[in-house]
Amino acid sequence: MSITLYVPCDSSAVSVGADRVVNAIAQEAEKRGVEIKIVRNGSRGMYWLEPMVEVVTEKGRIAYGAVNASDVSSLFDADFLNGGSHALSLGLTEEIPYFKKQQRLTFARVGITDPVSLEDYIAHDGYRGLKNALEISQADIVKHVSDSGLRGRGGAAFPTGIKWNTVLNTQADQKYIICNADEGDSGTFSDRMIMECDPFVLIEGMTIAGLAVSATQGYIYLRIEYPHAFEILNTAIANAYAAGYLGDDVQGSGRAFHLEVRQGAGAYVCGEETSLMESLEGKRGLVRFKPPLPAISGLFGKPTVVNNVISLASVPIILDKGGDFYRDFGMGRSRGTLPLQLAGNLKHPGLVELAFGVTLRELLYDFGGGSATGKPIRAVQVGGPLGAYLPESQFDTPLDYEAFAALWAVVGHGGIVAFDDTVDMAEMAKYSMEFCAEESCGKCTPCRIGATRGYEVMTEIVNKRDLDKNIPLLRSLCDTMLNSSLCALGGMTPYPVLSALNHFPEDFGVNVEHNAA
Amino acid sequence: MTELNMMQTVQIIVADLKDKPGSLLPILHAVQNALGYVPPETVPTIAKELNLSRAEVHGVISFYHYFRDTPAGKHTIQVCRAESCLSMGGKELENHVKTTLGIDYHETTTDGQFSLEPIYCLGNCACSPAIQIGNDIYGRVSTATFDEILKEKSA
Repeated sequence: MSITLYVPCDSSAVSVGADRVVNAIAQEAEKRGVEIKIVRNGSRGMYWLEPMVEVVTEKGRIAYGAVNASDVSSLFDADFLNGGSHALSLGLTEEIPYFKKQQRLTFARVGITDPVSLEDYIAHDGYRGLKNALEISQADIVKHVSDSGLRGRGGAAFPTGIKWNTVLNTQADQKYIICNADEGDSGTFSDRMIMECDPFVLIEGMTIAGLAVSATQGYIYLRIEYPHAFEILNTAIANAYAAGYLGDDVQGSGRAFHLEVRQGAGAYVCGEETSLMESLEGKRGLVRFKPPLPAISGLFGKPTVVNNVISLASVPIILDKGGDFYRDFGMGRSRGTLPLQLAGNLKHPGLVELAFGVTLRELLYDFGGGSATGKPIRAVQVGGPLGAYLPESQFDTPLDYEAFAALWAVVGHGGIVAFDDTVDMAEMAKYSMEFCAEESCGKCTPCRIGATRGYEVMTEIVNKRDLDKNIPLLRSLCDTMLNSSLCALGGMTPYPVLSALNHFPEDFGVNVEHNAA
Repeated sequence: MTELNMMQTVQIIVADLKDKPGSLLPILHAVQNALGYVPPETVPTIAKELNLSRAEVHGVISFYHYFRDTPAGKHTIQVCRAESCLSMGGKELENHVKTTLGIDYHETTTDGQFSLEPIYCLGNCACSPAIQIGNDIYGRVSTATFDEILKEKSA
């Protein structure tokens, strides 16, 4: 009987040699006359162990990692096809503490199934949410989402149910569902993982959204930097059409939902929802004034739901198990789970899905294993390039939207980037201004001019010139950007800049006592 | 490709895609996929077919970092400049790449082999630092592994 192995097709796993490992295993098996079947699954998200090879045994899936192509011959010698012991043995995958301690709801299937196999998806509880959604009223679908307490996972944390309700109650001949898959925030990769490792959960979530608000067309606006996700999504969408899960008559309900992936073209600002819609309409990605809200007048002037990948991918489990089930995870007004992305200088970087309330310290040390370099972790940026830097004294903060807001920080999209003590925080602040200048859409002056001036001032500060004049100038400039920019790009660039200055004044050549905010 | 072929290619692409809602980006992607860039001489054709001004089409091309109006080298190397990669030696890698190729960002080597572009996050932050060459992504890239990759691509 042939033995089944799993080797991820996830682009991060491929980036460290998963394809080479697959070829080496196939060749070695042929040489030894062993019959095997290799399934390309998604990644479990334990990236320091990638490429990870799993072998199906009677006891369950047994993992080996990180496997190099050069390890393959010795793995065969150790009889890994029957779970034999080897220096790279990790035991049963689901018993690895990093994985076992998680609460995977949105990521329930990620790393387990073949991403483009609809059969696999359905065998692992897929499309149960849609089945329920087809049996209840539109208002009840929206009520489940409202009851779940789900808030926009893209970063703004706006209650998803309220958005859906507005679109449901706005009359129009055409409405749209847009999935914001322009995951431009550095240090984040959860959207990419969902799209590459379990695309059907996103397709199902968008279909439910379409049914809920009477939208018949969906668009996934995908960043150009994710070519692998583009291919996998298109394959999954074609499979969903072929099986009647998309099209003019979704599962014989007589209701239509169509879905198309559109690629962005390398503009960070297009992750902002109004800029994204301009881009989808074929224009420059200039940010729109609000109101009107996209829920009332969005894409092509029609009522539009714009949700992040993770928000939409959380919908199927909410409709499957009910809003209350999801709401029972989390703390305060942050309900459910958040897929956290541990990145940067960490020993064990990866994807950790947990209920809100876990502290940064637990994430950095219990999961992350401390810094990769073995040096102390000095600063952590949470929530992407527009998120604040947090010093060690704030590591006990629980991951909760309100707790972070109280520290003048953001949870954002859940990306956590760690830096060891070799980091120069003034350089990081300068980088933030440079990034904003590079990516500004140019529509509003505080962002367009402010970021360029900010980069110049930060260059002066890094070179320790006229600090008495330049530090107050930087603060004043940040104040203007913060309070008068049109969108979050200019409006939040002061978060990393000022948090770096406030928590690490010594890097700016500023005397701590004189650094009053 | 002769200019005639180029124009024909663009006309076929436009005819195929222009009825899609918001078709300009899909058209520009298809043109760049086919020709490697969006030649300025094709802009009037695209504009006319979509009932836009040339300025509008040019404005869209120049707004997005990804679209280019000059041909790229045989391979385009994108080096991630974002925070996660910076925390894992991205700056040293960036300097090494520039020195090895002898070019700066937005430039192409004189032999036409490599173009160099900055990129802000490849979503490979758990395997930093990262680079991408064409559609091939590489993680945990050291200066030594970069040299190996380059040798492979030059062969």
